[in-house]
Amino acid sequence: MKLSKIILILFSFVFISNTNSLLAAGGEAYKNLKPGFSFEGPFGKFDRESLKRGYQVYSEVCASCHGMKQLSFRNLSQPGGPEFSIERVKEIAAEYFIMDGADEYGDPVERARIPSDRFQPPFDNKDAAKAANNGAYPPDLSLIAKARSDGTNYIYSLLAGYEEDIPENISIDDALSYNPWFPGNAIAMAQPLYDEMVEYTDGTEATISQMSYDVANFLAWSAEPTMEERKSLGLIVMGFLSIFLILMFFSVRRLFEDVH
Amino acid sequence: MNHDHEYTPSNGLTKWLDKRLPLIRFADENMLSFPTPKNLNYFWTFGFILTLCLVTQIITGIILAMHYTPHVLLAFDSIEHIMRDVNYGWLIRYIHANGASMFFLAVFIHMFRGLYYGSYKEPREILWILGVVIFLLMIITAFMGYVLVWGQMSFWGATVITNLVATIPIVGESILTLLLGGFSVDNPTLNRFFSLHYLLPFVIFGVVILHIWALHVTGNNNPTGISVKDSNDTISFHPYYTVKDLFAYVVFLLMFSYFIFYNPNILGHPDNYIEADPMVTPAHIVPEWYLLPFYAILRAVPDKLMGVLLMFGSIAVLFFVPWLDTMKVRSARYRPTYKIFYFIFLVCCLLLGYLGGQAPEGIYLFLSRVCTIYYFAFFIAIMPILSKYEKPSAMPIGISNSAIDYNLDVDDNLEADDNLEADDNLVPSGNI
Repeated sequence: MKLSKIILILFSFVFISNTNSLLAAGGEAYKNLKPGFSFEGPFGKFDRESLKRGYQVYSEVCASCHGMKQLSFRNLSQPGGPEFSIERVKEIAAEYFIMDGADEYGDPVERARIPSDRFQPPFDNKDAAKAANNGAYPPDLSLIAKARSDGTNYIYSLLAGYEEDIPENISIDDALSYNPWFPGNAIAMAQPLYDEMVEYTDGTEATISQMSYDVANFLAWSAEPTMEERKSLGLIVMGFLSIFLILMFFSVRRLFEDVH
Repeated sequence: MNHDHEYTPSNGLTKWLDKRLPLIRFADENMLSFPTPKNLNYFWTFGFILTLCLVTQIITGIILAMHYTPHVLLAFDSIEHIMRDVNYGWLIRYIHANGASMFFLAVFIHMFRGLYYGSYKEPREILWILGVVIFLLMIITAFMGYVLVWGQMSFWGATVITNLVATIPIVGESILTLLLGGFSVDNPTLNRFFSLHYLLPFVIFGVVILHIWALHVTGNNNPTGISVKDSNDTISFHPYYTVKDLFAYVVFLLMFSYFIFYNPNILGHPDNYIEADPMVTPAHIVPEWYLLPFYAILRAVPDKLMGVLLMFGSIAVLFFVPWLDTMKVRSARYRPTYKIFYFIFLVCCLLLGYLGGQAPEGIYLFLSRVCTIYYFAFFIAIMPILSKYEKPSAMPIGISNSAIDYNLDVDDNLEADDNLEADDNLVPSGNI
């Protein structure tokens, strides 16, 4: 088979040239760590306790700068997520306030948030966010796990991967921090997590690694709250199709038996 | 299975209908008893698969349009609303997004099959041309659909691609303004793209009907490329090919389902989950995977206008294929030299797809140029030259008769189409 050999050589050529360029680019950003998440794989489900802890880290640490505008409080109690009780979600929502409507004199009215309201944005607008953060805009985190390649592992690596000692050959602006997982290595966000920064309600020890893991898990869920539903429906669909496939296979064989 | 071929209305209602609007007769002749070559392989199932792809896209698209808001401030969030709040919205959207990829995958296989077995040759020139028209419409529709998401790649892809129009001398700038509805990609652009993205699938649907009509006039080509001679060569479309096509479709659906349910974002770009921001340019602007070969051709040329011309030329050249390849023998099975050039062409197209995703520099740029040259050389030089000088290998006498015809008289084998028309009473040969 001459032809297949030519094709094989061509492809290996392309492959090798590609890996070379990857190696040449090394040192730019580290390869993501893979701590292993329970939702990975076709049967994967979220670890609910970790999601709850992740929400705690988000609301106590990240939320001071990062919004999550796609999420409503009610999402926290829906199946396939952290599954807080509805009472707990009402309590959580009521900690925040929103300007909603006007009173009889036309003056704006503030009320406590309810489960159907969105998460509270940390800033009124983009400019306010930039002004409070040295000119850098803290991105909305609702979709961050899908908006980065290999997002969940990347978030974990980034959060747990701040290093105090900057290598000598790299110079970092004073306003920025060194993080070998961030493309370009100089990140505007100062190290956000330190040991025992939050006090987990379930008694888990809040190490940097543990908090990074929980919040990465939480962000993976928030990027796609329907993931568990998707995977379980997929199992039914593909199971049905596989059985149908077998029936169709024998039907075709039987049908074409006499066609010569 | 010897069934009465001619459709006969069985009761009063169908007799009455048959005299006024012979719908059932039409369905019978075109979908049930339609004589189809009995030796079609699985590459011939993609026509059926593609029809269902189009229907799937239209149905899911109509539902998505019920929940989508074509406004720059709301579009991105309305898609997340579909993903999160609409019942099974995530399913509909993932079917639609991955469905576009599956559609192109199937259409590429369908086209490469046509090129291999010479399905564009006399008398199927118009059938082929209609196919190329559909392909062109598909590209435009898919591109506009990708913009509707209003993510970073949507916005910047739209900016890069629409700006190509500006390279046209004299009128380019004016056309660009008309296309964008302004001087940059903005709300008017999104609005017209949404309108056209809704319209074009129905145009495609119309051309598909013409495509199938043309197919039913000439009949199917087949892997031997030898024309159908008599009813021994054919079987009825139903049940033979309805069942076989359905089987292939189930295999296709299984692969489709894998993407929908287990890897729905692998074919997209992560940057498109970042809302469009005209102030921030992504590091690499790349189109969807199915447009990468054309993108590679565009960037292979140092001159912008030439790049644009070559990119459009790479599709335009397909219209002329029936007259570039004038070899009477249709199937590459009996064309040993063409077969080699064909497979090099296939590799070139795959390579172009890979190269379209790489930065246009160094070895990638060099390879893009080599592949681009080969792409055009294959059609403009290799096809006509082979038509003149290639010596086909020995062919069987007919579809049913595998005896080798050593006194090769190609014309006898291939120009039997008049016989087909004369033979009104095709009876399927298979017995059940």
